[in-house]
Amino acid sequence: MHLGVSESMRECEYSQISTRSSTPMETPYKKRTPKKRKWEAFPGRNKFYCDGRIMMAKQTGVFYLTLVLILVTCGLFFTFDCPYLAQQLTPIIPVIGGVLFLFVLGTLLRTSFSDPGVLPRATSDEAADLERQIDVANGSTGYRPPPRTKEVVINGQTVKLKYCFTCKIFRPPRASHCSLCDNCVERFDHHCPWVGNCVGRRNYRFFYMFILSLSFLTIFIFAFVITHIILSSHRNGFLKALKDSPASVLEVVVCFFSVWSIVGLSGFHTYLISSNQTTNEDIKGSWSSKRGKDNYNPYSHGNIFTNCCAALCGPLPPSLIDRRGFVQSDTPQLASPTNGITMYGATQSQQSHMCDQDQCIQSTKFVLQAAATPLLQQQSSEPVILTASPENGVSLPGRTSLALGGPCTSLPLGQPTPPTSTPSLSCHEATDMLPIHGHTHNHSHPLQEPVAHHHFLTPEEVPSPPGMLHCGSPLGHSHTVQAGFYNPASQDSLHEDSVRGLVKLSSV
Amino acid sequence: MAETHSLQDMRPQAAVAAKVFIQRDYTNGTVCQFQTKFPSELETRIDKQQFEETVRMLNNLYAEAEKLGSQSYIEGCLACLTAYTVFLCMETHYEKMLKKIAKYIQEQNDKIYAPRGLLLTDPIERGLRVIEVTIFEDRSLTR
Repeated sequence: MHLGVSESMRECEYSQISTRSSTPMETPYKKRTPKKRKWEAFPGRNKFYCDGRIMMAKQTGVFYLTLVLILVTCGLFFTFDCPYLAQQLTPIIPVIGGVLFLFVLGTLLRTSFSDPGVLPRATSDEAADLERQIDVANGSTGYRPPPRTKEVVINGQTVKLKYCFTCKIFRPPRASHCSLCDNCVERFDHHCPWVGNCVGRRNYRFFYMFILSLSFLTIFIFAFVITHIILSSHRNGFLKALKDSPASVLEVVVCFFSVWSIVGLSGFHTYLISSNQTTNEDIKGSWSSKRGKDNYNPYSHGNIFTNCCAALCGPLPPSLIDRRGFVQSDTPQLASPTNGITMYGATQSQQSHMCDQDQCIQSTKFVLQAAATPLLQQQSSEPVILTASPENGVSLPGRTSLALGGPCTSLPLGQPTPPTSTPSLSCHEATDMLPIHGHTHNHSHPLQEPVAHHHFLTPEEVPSPPGMLHCGSPLGHSHTVQAGFYNPASQDSLHEDSVRGLVKLSSV
Repeated sequence: MAETHSLQDMRPQAAVAAKVFIQRDYTNGTVCQFQTKFPSELETRIDKQQFEETVRMLNNLYAEAEKLGSQSYIEGCLACLTAYTVFLCMETHYEKMLKKIAKYIQEQNDKIYAPRGLLLTDPIERGLRVIEVTIFEDRSLTR
């Protein structure tokens, strides 16, 4: 019968469609594939090693430099200076040196390899729920979405919680989104390229102990190498002493330049710990009394001792991103298999799918913003990196090279705050504090990329003491603009991202 | 069909009607606390007191995990002295509390929430951001 045939044909079509929509329940093949670990599907820009046990930032070149510097200097010290000193003075010197060295190495590795306190991104249900709440709260507005903030009163101080467009959450107080790692990190201090990781709630104490012990080690080596040279020169004359141990000269040079920056950094972080502030907050002057008479730090415990204890010996929260767990759909599926993809299944693969969509949305916003505000960022005379237009992204390397020797770029719409204390020279603060466009939602993927990769000190800058560094005090931000290392790759990926986004846009 | 499923097994087949998210309460700082405000979607399902009691208990457990007391200081100092190798054999206080919380939530689910067609998800699985309450369709889930 004609009807029967068409019905059966329709049935065939229907069943074809349903098998193409892949539900895990339908395809037994999927059950046999090995389960992925969560780190393999992690949405941030991190690198994982040892099957998820070790977690680092994407760019680790400077970390290896740190490691090499420490190992080489200590190696030279133990090989060339310690035998002499152990003989002439006391064998305790190499022992203390050894202990310090091991402690430095241990804390460095711990800081670099551990999870700084990354906040996992919102599941699709959570994100949808939040969006609904925000829409209800704001009502329907025009084409421009309103800034998404929530105000909370913490211990008498009003704190604004910002909405993170990448992670789809309202950031907890003191959390910040690291543009380099593309993660929200709890109690975000800064992203340290020397350590190859963000410094946040879970590894701040290790970072502090690292720089503290490194200060002692540097001073120790410096002092004893000088002692060695002096003792040796008493006997043989200064020039001969230098010729006998050329390694000592190298050590002195390295230590001399390191001492200034590292001891300075230790002092700065000691101040931060005792007042329970993050680098971010200090540089922004969030709790400075200059902002207002009633402005105080609501997180401080009141006295220096408690603040120090809390920061260094307080409870260590476990990692919130279960790196080594297995990816699974943990939510109930709909009963009938022909319904296709379930609505509430928030698997990691769906999340990464969401990320693609998210990228598409970000690219759309990016392009619209770019079209709307092409010239706003080009006010200042210094070449500004923080332009919105994707076209400029490609031409950035040329522009940044102009700024290599110059002072820091001033943020056109930003508020450069006066430095309240020595800015941390070598480490990068969250770009959360860079109000690009003056909007609060400044985390769109492509937008962050040009900002992100200009905050490193290239190795050429390494030995220079604070006085010599260009990016010193005037603007209070220790961002240096470099055309160096990481630009080509970043520009490529930026270009790729915007192209991908535009292609998706056009396909819609 | 005379199959008897336990509620755990039946849950995958039950339809999810809605999800409610209890957000964090930051009025005391960055300590992990959840809002005790009773969400309107649960009004038909569970007693307000009961729910608030659960959340309050969870808040207490989290507060204890993050408490700064002599015990945490001793643990911190010991860990530092042993270069954190002590945690190869011992669990941190926080981890112990998290286990306790997981057990409490399991218990609450079995006793109170599952019979009412609700399911609490452990906040640690959501990055300590929210308490996710899944509301299942009211399809006579009790046997």
